Amino acid sequence: MGQQTTLYQKHLDAGAKIVDFAGWDMPINYGSQIEEHNQVRTAAGVFDVSHMTVVDVGGEEAEKYLRYLLANDVAKLDQEGRALYSAMLNHEGNVLDDLIVYRMSFGYRVVVNCATRGKDLRWMIQNTDGFRVSVQERPRLAILAVHGPDSIDKVCELVSDEDAEQIRALKNFRGVELDGWFVARTGYTGEKGVEFIFPNNEAPELWDKLLSVGVKPIGLGARDTLRLEAGMNLYGHDMDENTSPLAANMEQTIAFKPGEREFIGKPALIAHRQLRDAGELPELLGLVLESRGVLREGQKVVTDKGDGVITSGSFSPTLKHSIALARIPINSESCEVDLRGTLTPVRIVKPNFVRFGKKVFE
Amino acid sequence: MSNIPDDLRYASTHEWIRVNDDGTATIGISDHAQDALGDIVFVELPEPGSTVNAKDEVAVVESVKAASDIYSPVSGEIVAVNDALVDAPETVNSSPYENGWFFKVKLGEDAELQELLDADGYSDHCDDE
Repeated sequence: MGQQTTLYQKHLDAGAKIVDFAGWDMPINYGSQIEEHNQVRTAAGVFDVSHMTVVDVGGEEAEKYLRYLLANDVAKLDQEGRALYSAMLNHEGNVLDDLIVYRMSFGYRVVVNCATRGKDLRWMIQNTDGFRVSVQERPRLAILAVHGPDSIDKVCELVSDEDAEQIRALKNFRGVELDGWFVARTGYTGEKGVEFIFPNNEAPELWDKLLSVGVKPIGLGARDTLRLEAGMNLYGHDMDENTSPLAANMEQTIAFKPGEREFIGKPALIAHRQLRDAGELPELLGLVLESRGVLREGQKVVTDKGDGVITSGSFSPTLKHSIALARIPINSESCEVDLRGTLTPVRIVKPNFVRFGKKVFE
Repeated sequence: MSNIPDDLRYASTHEWIRVNDDGTATIGISDHAQDALGDIVFVELPEPGSTVNAKDEVAVVESVKAASDIYSPVSGEIVAVNDALVDAPETVNSSPYENGWFFKVKLGEDAELQELLDADGYSDHCDDE
């Protein structure tokens, strides 16, 4: 038996099929992954992602520390509640993890992946040397993500008028602290929605209330197809500590400016940029297979410029055909995938397939 | 607990087989198999008229999770395939033993039926996996 969130019994009650996810017993689906996927694209669903690791960073040099630790620049967070997506790099300029950092009243809140918890915490603590900061894991916080076109309306039915007004006023990538709860317009689906980060003993009650207004439970299976359609990377699949963010469609999240800011991995990244400009670094792009078959992680990709590999692939329930993320030679023009022994032509597109329920590539 | 009807026989690779009165047999995948695969999104069926041997790979089923080969549990000639699965592969999830059948085989002289499991044997086999 693995670790369980405080909602474990609620998942069983909702008919969950439980799988091991990095040592946690988590719901993969509650019956049909495709129905759950469609529920989030067309209505509203709730995901228990309390297995993810929350780390609070405080102290007078919290900003200075995070500006050194992260490849994106927390100085962009000019107001409390604002959120930023960032890579955390090693000294080789490769991706140790990807994360969301929020500016909070007490400093910053960082949410990192579950499977990377140990190495992330060690790295974060090790790099506090010379900074007046505190780095504290918050294992007793639950995270519930409520996503879908109806999500905000559903959530606002359940909170006070005052809180509802604040939640409705939130723009994307902004959050608000409400009496021990943090509510933010962030997520991993390509739909609008909010994430609640709050004391885990209060999670069962919120879960029940959400279900009572018609929000449906969504498992990790649908979470994966939703994020893939949205072209969002999954750590350990689309990138890892041997992958440059420049080869993982993460260049937009690297803050090279202001130029005087030093951050871990920056000198190596500058070398990666030169490699890339010389055509020697691959890139992460989207693949589309409109005929039958399913693209899968690990399948070999053959392009006019050389070979590559699929890093994430699945059937897209919204598009009703297969899509994938693949790392392939830069400037590839034609592309085939080895599908169970048959080289099958696929289209190369920007790595973004579905936003707000609609196809977004040509 | 998955549904394992008593009147069928099963292969260890999770196909079921129903021997019909006319000398043919109908083949599909078990409830246990469809549940393990998750939502099924594509089915590739064999060519009608082709001859197959027991344990040949004859069809493919792809779910959101994985691709899986379907083996013929018996030897004989493919006499019918369930074309409805091409447009509605999810039928395999909703009705694995009835509308979700894959193909029918006209049983050969040595169809190798004796090697198949009965419901109890298949149930034990699933528990052991």
